[in-house]
Amino acid sequence: MSELINLSLTDQILGLTNKSFSSKEITEAYLNEIKKKKSLNCFISIFEEEAKKKALLADVNIAKNDARPLEGIPIAHKDIFCIKDKKTTCGSKMLSDFISPYSSEVFSKLDNAGAITIGKTNMDEFAMGSSNETSFYGNVLNPINEKLSPGGSSGGSAAAVRANLCSFATATDTGGSIRQPASFCGVTGIKPTYGRVSRWGMIAFASSLDQAGIIAKNAKDAAIALKYMSGYDQKDSTSLNEEVKDFQKEVDADQEHVIGIPKELIENIKNDQVRDSFRNAISILEKDGVKIEEINLPHIEYSLPAYYVIAPAECSANLARYDGIRFGHRSESISSLEDLYVNSRTEGFGREVKNRIFIGTFCLSAGYYDAFYNKALKIRNLIKSDFDEAFKKVSSIAMPTCSDSSFELGSISDPVEMYEQDIYTIPANLAGLPALSVPSGKADDMPIGLQLIGNYLDEGRILNLANKFQKLSDFHEFK
Amino acid sequence: MSLNNWQPVIGLEVHVQLATKTKLFSSSPIAFGAEPNTQASEIDLGLPGVLPVLNKEAISHALKFGCAINAEISEKVIFARKNYFYPDLPKGYQISQLDDPIVGKGSVEIKLGEKSKIIGVTRAHLEEDAGKSIHDLYSNNSAIDLNRAGTCLLEIVSEPDLSSAEEAVEYLKKIHSIVTFLGISDGDMSQGSMRCDANVSVKRPDDQELGTRTELKNINSFKFVEKAVIFEIDRQIKELEKGEKIIQETRLYDSKKNLTRSMRSKEEANDYRYFPEPDLIPIKISKDQINDVRKNLPELPEIMKERFMNSYKLSDDNAELVTINKETASFFEEVLSYKVSPKNAVNWITGDLFALLNKNDANISESKVNPKHIAEIIQNIEDQKISGPSAKKLLEIVWSEGGEIQELIQKESLEQISNDDEIEKILDEVISENQKQFEQLKSGKDRLQGFFVGQVMKKTSGSASPQVVNKLLKDKLST
Repeated sequence: MSELINLSLTDQILGLTNKSFSSKEITEAYLNEIKKKKSLNCFISIFEEEAKKKALLADVNIAKNDARPLEGIPIAHKDIFCIKDKKTTCGSKMLSDFISPYSSEVFSKLDNAGAITIGKTNMDEFAMGSSNETSFYGNVLNPINEKLSPGGSSGGSAAAVRANLCSFATATDTGGSIRQPASFCGVTGIKPTYGRVSRWGMIAFASSLDQAGIIAKNAKDAAIALKYMSGYDQKDSTSLNEEVKDFQKEVDADQEHVIGIPKELIENIKNDQVRDSFRNAISILEKDGVKIEEINLPHIEYSLPAYYVIAPAECSANLARYDGIRFGHRSESISSLEDLYVNSRTEGFGREVKNRIFIGTFCLSAGYYDAFYNKALKIRNLIKSDFDEAFKKVSSIAMPTCSDSSFELGSISDPVEMYEQDIYTIPANLAGLPALSVPSGKADDMPIGLQLIGNYLDEGRILNLANKFQKLSDFHEFK
Repeated sequence: MSLNNWQPVIGLEVHVQLATKTKLFSSSPIAFGAEPNTQASEIDLGLPGVLPVLNKEAISHALKFGCAINAEISEKVIFARKNYFYPDLPKGYQISQLDDPIVGKGSVEIKLGEKSKIIGVTRAHLEEDAGKSIHDLYSNNSAIDLNRAGTCLLEIVSEPDLSSAEEAVEYLKKIHSIVTFLGISDGDMSQGSMRCDANVSVKRPDDQELGTRTELKNINSFKFVEKAVIFEIDRQIKELEKGEKIIQETRLYDSKKNLTRSMRSKEEANDYRYFPEPDLIPIKISKDQINDVRKNLPELPEIMKERFMNSYKLSDDNAELVTINKETASFFEEVLSYKVSPKNAVNWITGDLFALLNKNDANISESKVNPKHIAEIIQNIEDQKISGPSAKKLLEIVWSEGGEIQELIQKESLEQISNDDEIEKILDEVISENQKQFEQLKSGKDRLQGFFVGQVMKKTSGSASPQVVNKLLKDKLST
């Protein structure tokens, strides 16, 4: 039944509904494949027995024609989402023994929609990283070329989808953590509008930027998955009390598009292959009747420094709760309260997490707040206004997802060089806008992505545009 | 050393625990005396992935306070994270307010004998309380109880308008009376529902600038505020007169030894690295909302006092006495509901009942004598059925044994003898036993009148009506 694992979510739902195959068959096929591809290191936890049991129950529901929308579909969750009574590590030694006593809203919604959680995917520690190398559980390998990085921080989710270990996986994106690995692994990843998906039970990195989303095989699948994950949640004060449109319908609707191209940004792309493939992708759409407009995003070049103040500042507070007192790693060598804090945190956190805590603490310190944090907030507002201005004349904005295709594991040691991975993805997080990445070509034989940024709450439109592109091209097909 | 050459400058920070049903950012109940850590949810424990949701009741309580002191109300309420590590602070930060506190500038009036003084309130803001560390429960370990973590506090900061310990106490009493009359706090200082820090400095009367201040922590009763401030003023004057400088520092008040001692200097002070809480959106307060609160504000002590003076014809002093707190005022009005004279009610409540409460170290809400008891005692006196001394005796019995007034009068044979014949018989007995004194009284030694009344009272164990005895004695003298 190995062909079942190659199916898209759309085809799996169809097959289950038509009873062409059972949930038991898909679930077992995925569990076998996960075992075969263990060396990719995509998963931190696998729930084999439980998944099999749930598959049997799903098949009963399907037999009774009582199936929920995602009944019997095996999925994987990034290990940043708390699941009751399950280990939730966030890729960190700090939480390597943490069993969550409650479930995240993302898990609950997809669980209620009938999806079966087969496991939790590997990730950069506390979602801080762009290569999956900061995980306490070791790096994930890129299924297309195992010497290369799958990207990060949702590297486990992207690699799992690419390696046919699930048809879609949940992921999170603070500065590009869905879109960059999607680009590196040749899959489709969407980060919706900030507040579209509840953050309840999703372990915080930078609260004002963190947003849950989906990594899937194509835009259509991503639209279906996102539909069942979105919606207002009163447990999250920043979640949006706005109607969730039926993305599944929208993705296939007949829509007019005007794409804005930030001319200067495109001209400054250093990598010829990335620039050419971007222009090629745009011309494919243009030939199909999509209008193209040049736009200006004058402050976008300040995104990276602003982000690397705001995100670490928030992270320095968000990670203060890991103090060795109530849960998480506690050092064995303690002779004072200070030891308890210092040793537990020194031992429990990896280097990159510590870097960011230091940066954030520094930026918020007395005397530096205005120079760094306040200035970063001002830049953030300017970037938001740039987008607002642009969306007056266009319906979506296109740019590359990354400045290059995947790199060799271990090849980037300079943190700033690693931070530059996020240069094109960060602006959407700062502005809270929905953005996705679809495969749009290759550089050095590895996939690269086209990024589409939508207006506030308009994820349906970029999904529709991505679906249109995927109908006109085959970059998204696994070959 | 002389206080005359120095002018103390004092400001108080009062923390009032708001009487909300649930915590400031979680739905955990607030209950005193519950088993440790039973009133703490995943939010109060600061588990990974949890998010705060603001309790609207706390906002309305804070608005009531703001309206009661005629303060400016912020149109926008913004919360901020105050970062510091402490074992009973679960998140490693406290959600508090820095800019845009919910209540801005306002003022209260305090009474100082005949005079009164306006004390400015700088601001009042909402924040969550921490848990409790208990160090004396286990020999080698400290225990943490998070039941209190997350309960709602209103921190009320005064201007440095107070110039003596007496004023500080009066101000604190005023705040206590306002919050209890508003019903937004139980104001119970022994349970920690009201706590206070004092900023104290001294200067020469003609100095333009304020002296260096110290902050006194851990003051949890009216008595201690007075003692701590007196000690600190005295200490600072002594230092300055010795030619020493005052060090800006935080000092702890030790109520057992009645002194303040250095806790940490300014250099050691925490850098709290405040920044806006990204998990909460700014709350807008509308004019309508404020007007609504203002319209429905409960009767405040000043207004109530005025009403008592007008409708019950109480003197200024008496009205002040029964509006000392909400409980006394409602006790008083309940006594009046039994149609007794307001003047008698005030006298009995503030005289004998208060003495009894004092003796038993109880407050009026813990009184074993209820308003009905007091009313019936007064009625019996007004109807001349019992004497004053009997009434006092009744109060004692009700306190220690309980019971109904009418039954107790019968049981203890306290009914006043107002039968003239019976009293005359006893008076005759007394006269015959004290012939010499009676002759002296007849010849004009008026002060002996009391002696005869006293003797009759003694023989009747206080149950004779003194008025009747006096009348009969007068008759005897004129014959």
